Order: sequence, then C-alpha cells, then structure tokens
Amino acid sequence: MNLSRQGHLWLATRHRFARIWQGIFLFSTLFALAALTTLLVTVINQAFGLVAVENKVAPSTLADRPLEQLSAGELEAILRDRLNSNRIRTLERNLGPLTDMPQERLYTLVLENVVRPQVVESFTLYESLTQRTEIITEVANNHPQAVIEWRNWLHPRFITTPMNPQPELAGVRTALLGSLYLILITMLIAFPIGVGAAIYLEEYADHRSRFNRIIQTNIDNLAGVPSIVYGILGLAIFVRALGFLTSGAVFGVTDSNGRTILSAGMTLALLILPVIIINAQEAIRAVPSSLREASYGLGATQWQTIWNHVLPYALPGILTGTILAMSRAIGETAPLILVGASTVIFNDPNGPFSKFTALPIQIYNWTARPQAEFRHAAAAAILVLLAALLTLNTAAILLRNRFSRR
Amino acid sequence: MEVKMAKVQVLNANTRQSELIRPDLAKRPRPTEQIIQAILLACGAISILTTLGIIYELGKEAWLFFGSPEVDLIEFFTTTQWQPSIGLFGVLPLVNATLMTSFFAMLIALPFGLMTAVFLSEYASPQMRGILKPILEILAGVPTVVYGYFALTFMTPLLKSIFGDAHVNIYNTLSAGLVMGVMILPTVSSMSEDALNAVPRSLREGAYGLGATRFETAMQIVVPAALSGIVAAFILGIARAVGETMIVALAAGAGPNFTFNPFQSAETMTGYIARISGGDVAYDTPDYNSIFAIGLLLFLVTLVLNIISRRLVRRFREVYE
Repeated sequence: MNLSRQGHLWLATRHRFARIWQGIFLFSTLFALAALTTLLVTVINQAFGLVAVENKVAPSTLADRPLEQLSAGELEAILRDRLNSNRIRTLERNLGPLTDMPQERLYTLVLENVVRPQVVESFTLYESLTQRTEIITEVANNHPQAVIEWRNWLHPRFITTPMNPQPELAGVRTALLGSLYLILITMLIAFPIGVGAAIYLEEYADHRSRFNRIIQTNIDNLAGVPSIVYGILGLAIFVRALGFLTSGAVFGVTDSNGRTILSAGMTLALLILPVIIINAQEAIRAVPSSLREASYGLGATQWQTIWNHVLPYALPGILTGTILAMSRAIGETAPLILVGASTVIFNDPNGPFSKFTALPIQIYNWTARPQAEFRHAAAAAILVLLAALLTLNTAAILLRNRFSRR
Repeated sequence: MEVKMAKVQVLNANTRQSELIRPDLAKRPRPTEQIIQAILLACGAISILTTLGIIYELGKEAWLFFGSPEVDLIEFFTTTQWQPSIGLFGVLPLVNATLMTSFFAMLIALPFGLMTAVFLSEYASPQMRGILKPILEILAGVPTVVYGYFALTFMTPLLKSIFGDAHVNIYNTLSAGLVMGVMILPTVSSMSEDALNAVPRSLREGAYGLGATRFETAMQIVVPAALSGIVAAFILGIARAVGETMIVALAAGAGPNFTFNPFQSAETMTGYIARISGGDVAYDTPDYNSIFAIGLLLFLVTLVLNIISRRLVRRFREVYE
C-alpha cells in the first residue's frame, strides 16, 4: 500500500519532469525563431529613420518644387548657373556632355555639386519613432544649421545610383550589377560541369573502381573546405598563374590585372561545384531504374537513355539544388576579398575582364567603416541582398512544384 | 499503316538478331557515346584537380614560407607574437582566437542545436515541423556577412550594456563567437535530427511499453542510440566555426592579440587572411606567403574534422540500415 503510493508520487514527479523538459525543448527551438526575428529587426531598424542634414545650398533656393521632380533641362540649367565653366568642363570631360544625360544622373550631379548635403547625425527607426522630440531639440542644439528629415536608406534611387564616397549619395547599382555578372559566369561554368560530373558518377562510374571512389570521397571533402581556402586557391591560380587569361591580356584588354570578374566567377564556380554535384547526384539517384530499363529495352543507347529519360525526370531536383548553390554563391564574401574585389568602383562592369565589386563586398566594406551613416547604407544593402535571396528561393520552390506536377 | 511498319521493324530486328550470332558484330562501336563518357569523366575529374590545386598551391607557398630563413617551424607553433612585417612568426595568437570564437559558437550551437533536433524529431507535430524547419533553413541561408553586421550592430552593444561599456571592446571574440553559434545552429540541428530520425521506431515503442515518459524515451533511448550521428554533427559544426571568416573579420577585431579575455579584440586565422589580402598584397612577400601557410593549417584542420564527422555518420548508418 505504502509502496504503491510512493510509486504514484514518483510517477507524478516523472511526468512533471517530462513536461518541464518539453517546455525547455520548445524554448530552445523557438530560440532560432527569436534569432531570425532579432536579425531582421536590427537590419530594418537601421535602414529607415530620421537624419539631420546640413545643405551647403538649400534646395528651396534652387527651385520651387522638390528637385527630384525637375526635368532634365531645368536641372542642367541649375548646374550651368551654379557651377563655374571650369567645373562644367571637367564634369563633361569625365562623364560626357550634360545635355545627353538622363534626369537621374543630373539630379545626382546637382546634389553632389550644388546642394552638397551632409548627414551630420542619423537615428535608427526605433529612436525616430519614440524619441522624436528629444531628437529635434538635440539636433537644434548641436547643429543649428541642420534640417531634420525622414530618410529611407532603402529607396529606389539607392538601387539605381552607383557607388559614391558620400554615404547619403551612395547606391548599390555597381555592386548589384557586379553580383549579377558574377553569378552569370559562375553558373555558366558550374552548372554544366556539376551536372556532368553527377551523371558520370551515377550513370557511368563503376562504384567498385578505386578511381571513382576517390572522386566521390573527394567531392564530399571539398564540400567541407572553408570558402576562404577557395579564395586562396583563386588568388594563386586564377589571379596569378592564369593572369594572362583572366585579365584578358590575350584578348587585347590592357587596363586590367587578374583581379577580374572572370577570376572571381571561376573561384565561386569551384566553390559551389560540390554542392551542385551532390544535389544532382541525389536527383539522378531518385530516378526509378525501370525507366532506364524500358529505354534500353527499346534499343536506346546509354546516352540516349540519360538525355531523353533520366535527365528530364531528374531536372526539378537538379534545378532546385542549383538554385540553392546559387544563393550560396550570391552571399559569399570571403573568397571575393581574396580574389581582389575592389570597393572603390564607380563604373558599371562592362565585361568578364573588368574590375568589379559585389553586393556582399559592399556590405562588408560599409559595415567595417566607423561612421554611422555607412551602417545605415549597409543595412539597406543587406535588405537588397536578402530580397535577392528570397526571390531566388521562391523561384526554386515554384520551379520544383511546376516540374513535379508534370 | 503504322502496324505494318511496326511489323517490318520487328522482322528486321529478328533478322538482325540472327545475324548477331557472328561474334564480330556483337557490339557496334559508338564513338559519340565514348566521347560523351570521356567528357563526363573529365567533369568528375575537375574535383580531383581542385583538391590537387589546393594542396599544391598551399603546399608550395607554405614551403616557401617555412623555407625562408626568418621562419622556424618550432617557433611558428610555440611563440605568441604574430608580426610578419617585423619577422615575428608565432601562430598561437591567431589559433587561440580561432579556438575562442569556435568555443563560444559551440556553446550556443551545441545545446540549442541538439535540443531543437530532439524537439523536432520527438515532440513536434507535422504542422509545427512545417513551420519550424523553414525558419531553420532561412537561418542557414543568411549570408555570413549579414551575421557579421548583426554581431557588430546588435550583439556587441548588447554585451556592452550587460557587462559594462568599459570592460567590453567594440571588437571582441565573445560577440563574434555567439553570433557564429546562431549561424551554425541549423547545421547542428538538421544533422542531429537526421540521426535521431534514423533510430528505428521499435526502440521507442519498446521504451513506451515499459512505461517510460516521452522525455525518458528521448534522452535515455533515442539520443544514446543516435550518439555517433550527433557527435558527427558537433564536429561538423566545429569545422564550420573554424573556417568561418566574415563574422570574425567584422566583429572579432583586426590585429593579432594573445588573450584569453573574451571581451578583448583578437584576430583569428581566417580574419588575418581576409585582412591581409583585402589590400593589394604584393606577391612573394612574407605577408603573401604567410596567407598560404595559415590557409594550409586551416585546410588540414577542417579536412580532418570533416573526415572524422563523415566516418561517424557512416557508422550509425551501418548500425541501423
């Protein structure tokens, strides 16, 4: 009697213990959710907010409307009116005649050369919303000349304007184009080679042969090599040893060394190759062997079978894996630093042999600077990068659904 | 019409089959097939070339580095000053910083990763898994430079407000390590979950049949049964922490510093490589060669960790499949 009562109590304790631990497990699972939320909130908090701007010339003295709404002609007139002829000549020599410029470019020129805004103080979204009055008094005390305005660091102009040494005028156009070029080259190299290697390993290779086992082990090992080691490899081989090729010297390009988009693209291709191969192998392995046997039975050769039956069946899996590899390549930073991505580039990349910068490099550079304004610009660039990744992953899911329905 | 054609084809096939008895017609040579196979083999061999390239380049430059008169292999591994420009080559400060950031990372990634895996495989309903798994996947897909930003703009100010502004440097190994733990968590949890899921249902049902609670089943039956897979996940997590660059480059500090204080700045091996190569480093200088020596060290460490991890995974697969 006594013993069974004790047993009953013990059971209750055990159940309470089990419930408490279930709570702890749930809590630690939600930790990941909390971390993700905090990360996004931190970035968004920095990407919008109040700024105190000091203008050398107030925009209201230049025109009766906001400058953005002026036509190209009016903006050009302001430039010609406010700048001396020497400065105009320098501008035209560097950038081409003013009359041919789009409104967008002229607007930036007016800001850079006439208005010359300077962000003297900037605030986060949270501060701007909750401590507005304190901010206004503080700015009025510290910077009597400054105007307080609301600033979305992420705005359409941020995407369309090139890099600028001044954070408030800087945009990610150059970096975004650099990233797109880079991904294009990377995928052009990595996709065919990766799928080819996967086909070889799954369809042709004899798994008892030592050589093929070495290839397989090797690919698994390469997937675990830190990305910065690939960067070192890219620096030694593509930038230095193959510099005559990657700089475009053999094709008559002279103004460049090996630190080009091509070198970086090849480095990233090597980096994501194992990911593509492993995913493609899994997709090919999932193709039922009855499909192959039916094809052989009808007299098809091995390659005909692969091309007409195995690959179409495995394609959704291969593409999904490829897009995942691609999103890894877009966010990769360390190898690009090694291969020599530059951050002081103001012109769009114009081919595989041009110097380049990329979105993650831009984020790295802006984050590493001490000024708070660059922190805001970095946050806006991060939002652009995350949006690009989200688009890619959505595309991967849609693609997978569409193919698997067929 | 079509039926007729088919019949003709069958007839042809029959006659051809009878001809096939002659051994010299057994198999037609198909050069295109062979060329295609050779091309595909070349694609596969590129991965071998990559490995050989890594080993050759790192080995060659590291050889030059260790072969130069100023560098001594014993000093390299035992002294605590790393100043290549003035001829001090003791790698310990860099290694120490790497170990510290990795340790803090695993402090987050191990418990949270394992508990997340247990929750997902033993407790969560399918609907809940459907929500939680994508969140972990998103966390795994965030670029590391964004984590670096997060460490610098969120974690460091948080540490400063907890431990006091004066004690905590802007750049410190604790902040970088903790954020790195968040980055590695999805790797650890998804690999551990695979290991837990591979444990046969019969083991769990046996435990329930003996009256064990869910928690007792999970911790005393399932986790021990999946232990080698879980250890493999931990080791892979450590390998990722050692090789991670951007978080430490942004948040752990620039400049080698031999310290055990987690609030001080200290440069890791990867951070050093990123900083030195960030500028246009001139070829064949001690700085340039030292990148390769440290890269070789990094490569070997992560390679060994990866190999151990995969061996362990294979072992638990062999037991249960």
